Amino acid sequence: MLNRIVKAKYKTMETSLISQEELLLEFENKINAEQKIEPLDWMPDEYRNHLIRQMSQHAHSEVIGMQPEGNWITRAPSLRSKKILLAKIQDEGGHGLYLYSAAETLGVSRDQYIQWLHEGKAKYASVFNYPALTWADMGAIGWLVDGAAITNQVSLQRTSYGPYSRAMVRICKEESFHQRQGYEIMWKMMEGTKDQQEMAQDALNRWWWPALMMFGPHDSDSPRTSNAMKWKIKRETNDHLRQKFINKTIPQAELIGLKIPDSNVVKLSDENYQTSDINWDEFWKVVNGNGPCNEQRLAHHIKYHNEGAWVRESASISNPK
Amino acid sequence: MDKKLKYYLQIADNALILSHRLSEYCSRAPFLEEDLANTNVALDLIGLAESVLEEVAKQEGKGECGDDLAYRRKESEFLNVVLVEQPNEDFAHIMVRQFFTDAFNYYFFSELCTSKDPFLSALAKKSIKEITYHLRRSSEWMIRLGKGTPEASQKTQSAIDKLWKYTHEFFIENSIETEMISKGIGANLASVHLNWKQKISEIFYMAHFNIPTNDFVIKGGKEGAHSENLGYILCDMQYLPSKYPDAKW
Repeated sequence: MLNRIVKAKYKTMETSLISQEELLLEFENKINAEQKIEPLDWMPDEYRNHLIRQMSQHAHSEVIGMQPEGNWITRAPSLRSKKILLAKIQDEGGHGLYLYSAAETLGVSRDQYIQWLHEGKAKYASVFNYPALTWADMGAIGWLVDGAAITNQVSLQRTSYGPYSRAMVRICKEESFHQRQGYEIMWKMMEGTKDQQEMAQDALNRWWWPALMMFGPHDSDSPRTSNAMKWKIKRETNDHLRQKFINKTIPQAELIGLKIPDSNVVKLSDENYQTSDINWDEFWKVVNGNGPCNEQRLAHHIKYHNEGAWVRESASISNPK
Repeated sequence: MDKKLKYYLQIADNALILSHRLSEYCSRAPFLEEDLANTNVALDLIGLAESVLEEVAKQEGKGECGDDLAYRRKESEFLNVVLVEQPNEDFAHIMVRQFFTDAFNYYFFSELCTSKDPFLSALAKKSIKEITYHLRRSSEWMIRLGKGTPEASQKTQSAIDKLWKYTHEFFIENSIETEMISKGIGANLASVHLNWKQKISEIFYMAHFNIPTNDFVIKGGKEGAHSENLGYILCDMQYLPSKYPDAKW
């Protein structure tokens, strides 16, 4: 710890002698040479702020995402599926932990991140503002939501900020298991009774568009994309990642007899699937707090965080060892 | 059902129902690390329950599986102690319920390691590692809460006082247990009780908690007579197999 402080002081003294322009040049040279930026390295405020926003949003998403799935653990229809769902949710919480730890290296504490979430100053993935209504939703969330997340996260393994990149490498290993778990639920249901097949199709109908929205607005409407790409925080654009996900997912749906809820799906000569445009009004409505479960998800987090205050306080002053 | 298999069911149902209660708590813990620890214990317990239920189904030989036993039995056929079905009132209740159960499980499974029944001894040897961790965690929480703030100490003492009456059932032998003990299959409950009391005294002494003097007893679960809570638990747990009896998941 002492060593870190001394190093940081040394760096501060060192950097105070160098102009901002030189520092920026050195920073950008590092990025262009595919070197990682580490917590004690100089970085532009804009870069740090972008990461604070993006990494905390990512961490919050993992944690808020525990709610719609946690909702079904007690109702999982077999012991095996219950175990798998429990393990998956535990993984999501673990991802939240890695990400909060990585985000703390930017100089903001986990408590502060949580406070910003509760004050509405930080967001989480809007997809979790949709309800998980049936067991098939556990399939759709794993297959589509984790599938969309992994498409994005694979690309983020190469992000320029070292702690974020390393967290992504660990997370990606587990996410691919999550997607398989979700897809397995769906194909089992599609091989099952008529009720199960209807449930699976209904879940796809409800989760398809929110999953596509997870990649964010079109690149032309995404104001932060430019710097994020330049500084290699993001490695691929929203539209490119969305297209990758669509191309991968449509054949998976067809394989088990599910119908994509979009009558305009066409496979083009370049092997890309063309789909209808997303309902962006709905996207912005949910982002801005007016989705079906926005209030519920945040209220849940605040309620249990507040109810646990006495436990945290007690734990902070006593050590059983 | 064979008495030995009913004995197995007592073990499976304690784990299954407690796991259910812990699962309900997912995303509700005071902080993220504790949420993960809680889910982890739930996962260990569901694994334990699954192993035992599969074995019961196999030995019974009626062509059923573990899921049939978890999802198709009615309340009176569940043989867990009443303690494990008590609700998640708050973190103190959850942790006290866990500590009482972990301490019981630790000594119970330690005894079962030398059972003459090969399945039970193998199960106990496999489970004891996880149970040792469970007991360490809940013991540490007792001390952390007892020696922490006055509010934490008071809430936890109140949970101890409330849940104490359910703990006796662990040690009151029923006819099945008496027979299993006499055959060298079951755990000697007198010995488990002695060790359990010693553990509780030791941790409560360190945590500055009082052992309740009230010896009022609530029991019946091991004979299938439960609290009102179990019906709700099963409504939740058995919802899908009951609603769609022909479906395979």
